[in-house]
Amino acid sequence: MAALTLKINNQSHTIEADPKMPLLWAIRDLVGLTGTKYGCGIAQCGACTVHLEGTPVRSCSIPVSAAANKNITTIEGLSNDNSHPVQQAWILEQVPQCGYCQSGQIMAATALLKRIPSPSDKDIDTAMLGHICRCGTYPRIRKAIKTASQLMTQKGSTK
Amino acid sequence: MEPLSKNISRRNFIKLSGMTGAALTLGLHLPAQGKEAEIVKPLAADLPSLELNAWISIDTTGKVTITNHRAEMGQGSYQAVPQIIAEELEVDLNHVNIVFGVGNNKKYGSQVTGGSSTVRGSYKNLLRLSASAREMLIEAAAKKWHVNQSECYAENGQVIHKPTGKKLGYGELVEAASKLEPPKNITLKNPRDYKILRKPLPRQDNPQKVNGAAIFGLDFKLTGMMYAVVERSPRFAGKVKSFDDTETKKVPGVKYVLKVNRDVFNNMLEGVAVVADNLWAAMQGRKALKVEWDDTAFPHYSTEQLFEKMRETAKGEIISYRTKGNFSATFEKAEKKIEAFYETPYESHSCMEPLNCTAHVTDETCEIWGPIQAPDWIQSNLSAHLKLPMEKVTVHMTFLGGGFGRKAFTDYPYEAAVISKEIKAPVQVVWTREDDMTAGPFRPGMVYHCKAGLNNGRISAFEAKMAGQNMGSQEPGADKKGYNDSVTEGLLEPYFNSFPHHNFGDAPLESPIPVMWWRSVYASTNGFAYESFLDELAIEAGKDPLDFRKQHLWEERYQHLISKLEEVSGWKSKKKNDGYGVAITECFSSIVGEVVKVSKGVNGKVKIDKVWAVMDCGWYVNPDIIKAQVEGSIVMALGAATKHATHFKDGLAVEKNFNSYLMPRINEIPEIEVHIIENEEKAGGVGEPGLPPFTPALTNAIFDLTGKRIRVLPFNLEEV
Repeated sequence: MAALTLKINNQSHTIEADPKMPLLWAIRDLVGLTGTKYGCGIAQCGACTVHLEGTPVRSCSIPVSAAANKNITTIEGLSNDNSHPVQQAWILEQVPQCGYCQSGQIMAATALLKRIPSPSDKDIDTAMLGHICRCGTYPRIRKAIKTASQLMTQKGSTK
Repeated sequence: MEPLSKNISRRNFIKLSGMTGAALTLGLHLPAQGKEAEIVKPLAADLPSLELNAWISIDTTGKVTITNHRAEMGQGSYQAVPQIIAEELEVDLNHVNIVFGVGNNKKYGSQVTGGSSTVRGSYKNLLRLSASAREMLIEAAAKKWHVNQSECYAENGQVIHKPTGKKLGYGELVEAASKLEPPKNITLKNPRDYKILRKPLPRQDNPQKVNGAAIFGLDFKLTGMMYAVVERSPRFAGKVKSFDDTETKKVPGVKYVLKVNRDVFNNMLEGVAVVADNLWAAMQGRKALKVEWDDTAFPHYSTEQLFEKMRETAKGEIISYRTKGNFSATFEKAEKKIEAFYETPYESHSCMEPLNCTAHVTDETCEIWGPIQAPDWIQSNLSAHLKLPMEKVTVHMTFLGGGFGRKAFTDYPYEAAVISKEIKAPVQVVWTREDDMTAGPFRPGMVYHCKAGLNNGRISAFEAKMAGQNMGSQEPGADKKGYNDSVTEGLLEPYFNSFPHHNFGDAPLESPIPVMWWRSVYASTNGFAYESFLDELAIEAGKDPLDFRKQHLWEERYQHLISKLEEVSGWKSKKKNDGYGVAITECFSSIVGEVVKVSKGVNGKVKIDKVWAVMDCGWYVNPDIIKAQVEGSIVMALGAATKHATHFKDGLAVEKNFNSYLMPRINEIPEIEVHIIENEEKAGGVGEPGLPPFTPALTNAIFDLTGKRIRVLPFNLEEV
């Protein structure tokens, strides 16, 4: 066991954890943010995706010690009022069905749009390939990413 | 019908409505099975026996609270039920507050969210219930104003007096309305006048599903709750011979190691639970655990052995289920005789949220929280096993991260209850992805043996034999000689009229592998066999596959669907290098036709260009949810057709996680266009019927393009 500091959504949390514990369980069970989901435990499904220093990572396959003192963003950190353009686009296009995988999908889409503000279908495929949705919301995810891109452009141009 | 109406104590009234202060509460009373539900105003303190479906309450602020008695697993009951109620009640959907009902069969009738039944099972009662409340509010306002009731109407949570424009909000009327009797005759709106129904309104649950706020089973936490993982017998029916927990107990945080069981169709399957104060510790403890299993009492099948047995039994005698005329004699005399075998694999449900359940059992009570499709079954199952009265067992539904049939089962809450009782503390049992994927129950693997005779280009005789495990006879001592009445699931009902001689039946397979409903159940496999075979028959008859179907389906509803399918897909104007395939299936009272278009890509490989779906589900609620469900059904079917299957080797499930049980990914999804037929037929299911036609439409399209007939699933699209 070790005392570690996790910086999640601009807030510091001091936890006592086995340094080998995956970041996923530290976020969910020790910090108590349950928006990040467990799906496979072997980085195959993307449900546990969070941003580590702005890059999307699979929190199920990173030891908590490797994330200590670094900036972590979870789904809860996007906005608390669904004002983030990706969240808005997800609602506009009515993406979620069961909703379980969507935290991971949204985190991946957010990172993609930061990197490529107007992604092509190919860019979307590449960025979202690691994310499984058993409800089959893929066609709407694709649409929502394009909608989010437009919302972000509009927002940018009014500034 | 005479509605019941009695007096109620204030305490019971508040309890029923779940709110404080005066309120108008209306419920449905389900008297005896088969009888129509009665609309009841719960004002009876002296009626302890009257169980109500407390579906609507309106309080003095005008807030409407309704109970959703069904599970929300992605299919949209969370949206559909309020949308039905808001229409006849004349309120803004945003003012409707939804609470999940707890498991209570007496109160709600069946709550099993399966068979695509939420809307089709309850919509008429929900419409009547909300129209009754509206009429009572109008009556209360008319009395207050001393005007004729017919001069008043309701709109947007208010009653309006037409001649003067006077208005009163529902909140101001509930007290007076609660003293009135529910009206005896209710006229429901003409669907043409719907303002909320049939509109693609956004789902009410989505805002909390895009910011991490929605609470799924795994997110539920109780103070003092322990976490458990269970090492379950990898060969299903194995017994714990012994276990060594020396190393497990050395893991910090591990508190208990105990033998547990779970009830799978009354077969007690065994495991060893590791309980810790955090999940990670429980998982580490389990890794260090050594269990010795006794696996000697049952066969250890491989996939090859299972399918060899099914192929054999499919050739032999069957237990006939539905027959007409003389199949054998007509088949012998037919101008053309066609025969084919089709095979569909075992499949895992693999919901994105792995199974889990939280239980708190004390000497007197049992409380369950989890992603649950069948709260009422769990209530009665646990009441019996724990020897507690029904009312002491409370089952709460969280959001479900997928269900697809797997979460309609009672085994995982049972196991959680056993552990909680044993350790005398609340516990959350978490199944790892590997546990979830390897323990079953699975969709059963199937072999179909189809035979048909053609005369003058028409089907004169049709026979289908289904070989596979029977979901309905897995209990010890179950009657294994009975037919499986699911052999015709998925087949269009009018075919029984147009196939003059037919014979449908099954040849059950015995196996220790537990099997269970998988989205669209037997239709998911029957549909592939029958709709592939019909395509083969059309080709043999020298007919266009759509025309061939039209020729055998003369009922107007089916002709209309086929015409629509033909029109939207451009079936008649297909280009030389396109492959087109069609399939139409019927299950849960809905008919769905799908056309798939395939072509060869630049690399020479077959690619799916587009899917058109036409859904006829009769009376419906929300077109966007229907479209989403059909899109999702098609994606799920695509996975089972071309990506994944569960195999067995030496009695063990081979695929354990998403690195071997491969899922369709975003880059593999074709364009999907969904059309909904407008009619006033009875409401059919929405969550499942879109799945069965996709696979045969795809393989029929591949045949059209390449001449290659696919009869065994799954197949690799890259290698066609």
